[in-house]
Amino acid sequence: MAIVSNPARLAEQHAASLSRKPGSDIPGQVFKGVLITVTGLAIAFLAVIVGVMVVDGWSVLSERLGDFLSRGFSQRSAADAGVWQGIVGTLQIAIATTVFAVPIGVATAIYLVEYADNNRFSRFVELNVRNLAGVPSIVYGLLGLAVFVKSLSGFTQGKTIFAGGMTLAAMVLPIVVITSVEALKAVPQGVREAAYGVGATKWEVVARQVLPASFSTILTGTVLSLARALGEAAPLILVGAATGFISFGDANFLETFTGPFTALPVLIFNFARQPGEDWAANAAAASVVILVLVLMINGTAIYLRNRFEKKW
Amino acid sequence: MTPISLEDFQTTGGRRARSAVARWLFLLASAATVAVSALIVWTIASEAWTFGSQVARDQLQTIGWFPRRGLFDLSTLLVNSAQISLIAMFVAVPSGLGAAIYLSEYAHPKVRRVMKPTLELLASVPSVVLGVFAISFITPAVLSQFFDDINFFNKLAAGIGVGLLVIPLIASISEDALRAVPASLREASAGLGARKVSTTLRVVIPAAISGLMAAIIVGFSRAIGETMVVTIASGGGDTSLFDLSLKESGGTITSAMAALGLGTDQVAGNDLAFQSLYFLGALLFLITLVLNIFGNAIVRRMQERY
Repeated sequence: MAIVSNPARLAEQHAASLSRKPGSDIPGQVFKGVLITVTGLAIAFLAVIVGVMVVDGWSVLSERLGDFLSRGFSQRSAADAGVWQGIVGTLQIAIATTVFAVPIGVATAIYLVEYADNNRFSRFVELNVRNLAGVPSIVYGLLGLAVFVKSLSGFTQGKTIFAGGMTLAAMVLPIVVITSVEALKAVPQGVREAAYGVGATKWEVVARQVLPASFSTILTGTVLSLARALGEAAPLILVGAATGFISFGDANFLETFTGPFTALPVLIFNFARQPGEDWAANAAAASVVILVLVLMINGTAIYLRNRFEKKW
Repeated sequence: MTPISLEDFQTTGGRRARSAVARWLFLLASAATVAVSALIVWTIASEAWTFGSQVARDQLQTIGWFPRRGLFDLSTLLVNSAQISLIAMFVAVPSGLGAAIYLSEYAHPKVRRVMKPTLELLASVPSVVLGVFAISFITPAVLSQFFDDINFFNKLAAGIGVGLLVIPLIASISEDALRAVPASLREASAGLGARKVSTTLRVVIPAAISGLMAAIIVGFSRAIGETMVVTIASGGGDTSLFDLSLKESGGTITSAMAALGLGTDQVAGNDLAFQSLYFLGALLFLITLVLNIFGNAIVRRMQERY
């Protein structure tokens, strides 16, 4: 008779009763199934939206894509309308927004992470930025209308690309600050200490070590926030983007910055307001154009971020 | 050979001066962000004050929103905004939370690496496009199957469109909240023999509940502030009668602002119509500010806990 028990044998004998039989965890399987369905649906919507826009806009996209992309807006007939001015306006606004938002945003982030002690001012700036990020875009339109279009009309010349760009810059500023703060905080303290150790001044530490180390993260964060600005119509409508045809005359590229302007999302809004099938097709086709633009920019930024994500 | 002196270790004045100048520039930039909010508050408050002090009390409680005829019924816009945002939450909360739970608790890391960026892409769909989607697909292809008498412009489609827009926001904030729950809690629960579903529902979700609440609050604030989907899909920004039916069109705070903004050059009729734009802006600013402060406070408390 064996007196010594054999744990391995015991475990083997009782393993079956301890482990869960297949198919017994029905609530768990159902829960997981529901979660997968819900997540799949959320992602499928992206495909459905793109699909619907392509199908609805197919008559325009297949027959006169070249004309549609290269012509200006025409109020007379849907068959002549194009989005060229919208594309130009959107790109110009993107330039103006970048010029105003990125330097101020990144500098604010540098101040908050590298310079600020935990004093009342820096806490206030941080709280302020967080709350600004939640302000609806149309409220920034009011700011643009009152300040950039009217009060600063000497600088912006009224309802121009400058005014629109500054409005969108104010809107994306908090997002640029928040993403840059995260990027700077991710740089290990050791990098700074090493630089101080060899005698660098604070500015040299920031400019030659911390900024280069966090550059790619800041860049992708900034690009993502700009892509959001490109899709915005509400603030531009308040700032006075033209919804109709604009005559550029023989103004050169630089002069158009201070003339009347429009943007792709504003044109889509205008197409969508016109009655009739033809205009609906135009709205859908223009939606495809902006989707391609925004998804391309975003896709590249997200891909680069995941590719170059630094592991310290 | 000259001995090394103390001066050799001291920096030149130029380097130090440059560093000091840089410091002031950075400080100036952060003051600019404060200036932006000060400007928002100042411009909106002063014009809204003009409206508030000149409008008669009975103009604010009428049959509907007809700014050019001097009828500024706020309850019409507030009720429509609330209805549309609530519909949006019905769409976005289950879907956003579900996606967050799946990505944080169940998804294989490889699946997560593909699905999370895709959700971020959904977040980048411009709101005008969702507005076009609402009138060209949601209403004619989906809603008209269920309701025969639905208006071409209706609050239901607008709410669903806004909901689609809010899904990625709610998913992203709640996923952060769920991932902030320490792994030791899940391991302890599994060690006691709990199934995955019990661990998720009874341990992880209760531990992250404040973060999930914050996600819903921030999502609601975003839904109230959404303009273009509502302006395109729900109509009624220019004028709308008080009507509770979801199948009818109805202007919201934001779509009324967009409609007033489109006509800033030619606001004719009532003198107060233009000022009402700022008054609505002030109202919207206050509502979203309160919701955001509330949501941010919850998020911060949660970050401190773990």
